[in-house]
Amino acid sequence: MQFTRRVRMLFGGITGLVLAFLYLPLAIIVVLSFNTVSSLSWPPKGFTFRWWRAAFHSEGARDALVVSLKTATGATLVALVLGLLAALAVHRFAFFGRESLNLMIVLPIALPGIVTGIALNAAFRQAGVEFGLLTLIIAHATFCIVVLYNNLLARFRRLSPNLEEASADLGAHTFQTFRYVTFPLLRTALLAGGLLAFGLSFDEIVVTTFTAGAGLETLPIWIFRNLSRGEQQPIVTVVATAVMLMSVIPVWVAQRLTSDDGPLTGGTR
Amino acid sequence: MTATTLPSSPGRSASRWLHRHPRARLVSLIGAPAAWMLVLYVGSLASLFLTSLYRLNEDGSGIDQVIGVQNYRTLIDKSVYLDIAARTIKIAVLVTLLDIVLALPIAFFIAKVVKARWRRLLVAAVLVPLWASYLVKAFSWRAIIGSPGGVLDKTFGFSPNYGEVGLIIVLAYLWLPYMIVPIYSGLERLPDSLLDASSDLGAHFGFTFRKVVLPLLFPSIVAGSVFTFSLSLGDYIAVDLVGGKTQVIGSVVYDNFSADLPFAAAFAVVPVIVMVAYILGIRRTGALENL
Repeated sequence: MQFTRRVRMLFGGITGLVLAFLYLPLAIIVVLSFNTVSSLSWPPKGFTFRWWRAAFHSEGARDALVVSLKTATGATLVALVLGLLAALAVHRFAFFGRESLNLMIVLPIALPGIVTGIALNAAFRQAGVEFGLLTLIIAHATFCIVVLYNNLLARFRRLSPNLEEASADLGAHTFQTFRYVTFPLLRTALLAGGLLAFGLSFDEIVVTTFTAGAGLETLPIWIFRNLSRGEQQPIVTVVATAVMLMSVIPVWVAQRLTSDDGPLTGGTR
Repeated sequence: MTATTLPSSPGRSASRWLHRHPRARLVSLIGAPAAWMLVLYVGSLASLFLTSLYRLNEDGSGIDQVIGVQNYRTLIDKSVYLDIAARTIKIAVLVTLLDIVLALPIAFFIAKVVKARWRRLLVAAVLVPLWASYLVKAFSWRAIIGSPGGVLDKTFGFSPNYGEVGLIIVLAYLWLPYMIVPIYSGLERLPDSLLDASSDLGAHFGFTFRKVVLPLLFPSIVAGSVFTFSLSLGDYIAVDLVGGKTQVIGSVVYDNFSADLPFAAAFAVVPVIVMVAYILGIRRTGALENL
């Protein structure tokens, strides 16, 4: 549709302002990570790589990074399997309780993180489970499933059922059809959803606080603990900048992979 | 001539069996995810509710597993908790409205106005901040709105400082992409021909936007509001960083979590009730399919 110049200017202008609003706080963090003064004072006094070097050698940050990577990997793998199974069931069958299953899967992202966190904490305590990496992965997987589920359902809606029927007509059994027809068609959606679930888990802090237990520290928890300690603040800005830069790649890849499904929804904390 | 028989294999016989037993096929797909969500998630919520009925023992050192509603009575009797709940809901509503106002023009611009080759880049530009650490963004705002000495204060000599207004701005900032994404995908599904038809029939842009675009976008806006509302309802970290003395449900739950888990659990049930009521209320708008 044709828009008048005025409408285009107005909307373009607002878009520019909103994007500036979105990026200003990120830019400030990047700038502060090179600031010579070790506090969050503005404007910055000078340029240094000191904090980047310090962050690189910070053992706490490195350990926390490893824990975060393990957690995100575990949670993503569980979510891949369970999200795929649930999406297959909901897409193929009309069954009693389908709406309830749908609601149940969506609920962990529709309820505030603190509710999910404290509920899982109460449940683990009552069941006598010890807090650690396992409880953390279980908790993260619970809210990651929905990302895979939504991404896969969006993909299923676009796929023609004829392909699977053709495969069956040509003599393939269920598992062959899945292996050679369905799975290749889902691959990009699985990858994109997996990347988003990974990112979601990687950045999560609220549920993590309640389900990690005392000894375990993920990167966000490390950041939170060090934000309040003045001398560590510049290192935190470095870690944050590094994570931000690294996250550009998966977002871009995920978006390219699913650009025909509509944008990537269902990713929340 | 005989019919071709396909070579038999374990896969084929399992497949045959499944074909004859559609119920088994369904269960094999749905069993694991349904069990996971039921046992772990719904079970946890039940456990949360159960814990909220317990109480601390006399000297506060442990939990007496005696069922009673005393925690809920405290919530209702002490006006401070009702005030906190009301304030939290008010903040969540304001954040959601602010996000709708900000998200509509940018989503419309990206989906309908801008040339196709810029579209992908702009969508990515909206999504990237979503994956930058939530904590660090909130912390950055601490450096921005702090007064005196914050970025705004140093640049413009004015800043909202830490408090409720600052908190609303920061929460709206943090959740904005969650509103832009569903509205954008709603606009993508909205055929351009509808806009053309409206303008061919003589409607000017504002009229088309109000009478054609907004009603069709309603489910997407509601879907976005589930995120912005729910995330605002439960936040305690941004509140801690930029909220000043503002107390919300999340901060009370967090502060009581280690000292008095049953009471924290009882207050955590409040956002559950609010969100479940909200979700049931919007079920008919079709918003849940847009999440």
